[in-house]
Amino acid sequence: MSVRTLPLLFLNLGGEMLYILDQRLRAQNIPGDKARKVLNDIISTMFNRKFMEELFKPQELYSKKALRTVYERLAHASIMKLNQASMDKLYDLMTMAFKYQVLLCPRPKDVLLVTFNHLDTIKGFIQDSPTILQQVDETFRQLTEIYGGLSAGEFQLIRQTLLIFFQDLHIRVSMFLKDKVQNNNGHFVLPVSGPVPWGTEVPGLIRMFNNKGEEVKRIEFKHGGNYVPAPKEGSFELYGDRVLKLGTNMYSVNRPVETRMSGSSKNLASRTQESIAPNPLAKEELNFLARLMGGMEIKKPSGPEPGFRLNLFTTDEEEEQAALTRSEELSYEVINIQATQDQQRSKELAQIMGEFEIMEQPRLSTSKGDDLLAMMDEL
Amino acid sequence: MGPCEPGVRRADLGAVHWCVLPFRVLLVLTSHRGIQMYESNGNTMVYWHALDSGDASPVQAVFARGIAASGHFISVGTWSGRVLVFDIPVKGPNIVLSEELAGHQTPITDIATEPAQGQDCVADMVTADDSGLLCVWRSGPEFTLLTRIPGFGVPCPSVKLWQGIIAAGYGNGQVHLYEATTGNLHVQINAHARAICALDLAPEVGKLLSAGEDTFVHIWKLSRSPESGYIEVSPLP
Repeated sequence: MSVRTLPLLFLNLGGEMLYILDQRLRAQNIPGDKARKVLNDIISTMFNRKFMEELFKPQELYSKKALRTVYERLAHASIMKLNQASMDKLYDLMTMAFKYQVLLCPRPKDVLLVTFNHLDTIKGFIQDSPTILQQVDETFRQLTEIYGGLSAGEFQLIRQTLLIFFQDLHIRVSMFLKDKVQNNNGHFVLPVSGPVPWGTEVPGLIRMFNNKGEEVKRIEFKHGGNYVPAPKEGSFELYGDRVLKLGTNMYSVNRPVETRMSGSSKNLASRTQESIAPNPLAKEELNFLARLMGGMEIKKPSGPEPGFRLNLFTTDEEEEQAALTRSEELSYEVINIQATQDQQRSKELAQIMGEFEIMEQPRLSTSKGDDLLAMMDEL
Repeated sequence: MGPCEPGVRRADLGAVHWCVLPFRVLLVLTSHRGIQMYESNGNTMVYWHALDSGDASPVQAVFARGIAASGHFISVGTWSGRVLVFDIPVKGPNIVLSEELAGHQTPITDIATEPAQGQDCVADMVTADDSGLLCVWRSGPEFTLLTRIPGFGVPCPSVKLWQGIIAAGYGNGQVHLYEATTGNLHVQINAHARAICALDLAPEVGKLLSAGEDTFVHIWKLSRSPESGYIEVSPLP
C-alpha cells in the first residue's frame, strides 16, 4: 500500500467538512462574524505547521474510526458544538463525497487536482486572514514538492490505497441520489460519456503498422460510450484553472444535505461486523492520534463568546430522531483524548492509551458517593 | 514507526495464480510478506520466500506482483523491478531461487509466458512494469533478455503472450500488439477511455479480452496477415 496517501485523504476530507459546515452555518442563519470565526479557527488548526509535519510523514492509512476522532476534534476547535448524531452525519457525508471524487477521477494523478480544488476554496473562506492564507500556501508547496514528481504508477497505487479505505461504504446521500450519480443501493454511477482523461485517446480506432513503423491499415469500431477529447490539462500551479470540477463546493444554501442508511439488512450486518471485530492495530492508531493531536493547537474559547450548537439536520426533532434510531453498533465509538501540546505529556498519553483496550468504553468516573458506598460494602 | 516495520500492514495488494508445470500444479500467493507456494490441494505449503526490503526507502511499498510459470520455472515480480525465478522440482519442497532477473527499475506489474514453440530463439516470457517497459525473455537454466520495448509514461498493468504476439494493456486505455522476436509495434488500439485493468487470452481461438476502468469489456480476434505475416486484429461485436 502507498505510504503517501494520508495527506491527500486528510486534506480532501477536511475540505468536504468545511464545505458542509459552511452550508449549515448559512442555513441555520448563524451570524456572519461567528460563522467566519468558526471556519477560521478550524482552518487554522487544520493547517497548523506541527500538525502538517506529522501528517506528511510516510505512514499507512488508519481506520475510518481513528480518522473520525481527528475530525471530531477539529470540528470542535472553535465555539461551535456538534452532538453525536450530527457528527456521524457530517462524517458520512464527508467520506461519501470524497469516495465519489476518487472513483470518478479520470487519471489517478487527478486526485491531486481534486486536492487543489479543495485548497482553492478553503483559501476563499479565509481571504481576510493573511497568516492562515500563508499556512495554506505552505501546505500547497509541500504537496507540490512531494506529489509533483510521482509517476503514474505511484499515483495508481495511491488511488488503490484510497479505494480500499472506502471499500463497502454505501451510504446514500440525497444529493447524489437526486443527481442520479448514486443508485438506490448506494453504489456510484460511473459515467460512460464526456471528455477522456488528459493523455488518453477517444476509443474507437485501431491502427496497424508494418516492420518500418508505417501505418498500413486503419479500422474504426463502435466503443459503446460517448466520449470526446480532453479540452486541456488542469493546472498544478499555485494558481490556475484546474479544469476538473471534482472537489469544488457542490453545496449551496438551498440544497439541504441528508443521508440515508442503505436499508438492506446485509449492509447492517457488515457494518456491525466491522465495529465488533477486535482491531489489532488499535495501539498504533492511538499512538498516531496522540501524536497528531499533540500537534493540534486548540484555542480555548476566550472571553464572553458563547458557544453554539450546529445541527446537520433540518430540525432539532430530526436530529433527536436520528440519534435514537441509530443502533448501538452503528455509532462510532468515541475515544476521549485530551489534546495537549506538551510533547512529554503526549508520550505519556500514548503509553497510557496503549494500555486501553479499544473495545471497552473508558470507565466513566463515578461520583464520590458511589466510591464510598463501594468501600463500605467491602467492610 | 516506519512503513517497513512488520505487523503494521493492513489490507494487501495480493495475487494468486495457479502455476501449471509439466509434472505438477502449484498454487502461488503473493503478499507484502513474501511469496508462498502450496501444493494443488491448497493445504500443504511447500515454500515461503520472504521479500527482501533492504534497499527500500521509507516511502517505498514493498510487495510482490506478477506470477507466471514457464517450463519448470516459476517467475515472480517484485516492487524493485527484480524478477525472482524459482526452479521447481518434479515433486517435493526442494524449491530453489535460481535467478534474479534485472531489467526493470520500477515495480513489476505483470508477467506472461507461453510454452516455447520448439524453435531456437523463441521468446517465452514477457515482464511488464509501472513505467510501461516490457522485457522479452527466453527461459532456461539462465534466462536471456531478448528485447526491451520502452514505455511511454503510463504503467502497463497487464500483458499476455500468444504465438509470438505480445498483447499489452496500458494505463491510458490503449492495447498494443508487438512482435515478440523484433519488439516492433504492429497494432495500436484505442480500446478504453480509462486505464486497462486486465487482459485475458483464449489461446485455442486467439481471442483477446480487455477490461477497463471505463466499465467496458472488449473482445478482439488476433490473427496474422496471410501475405505479410504481420499481426492483425479485428474487434468482435
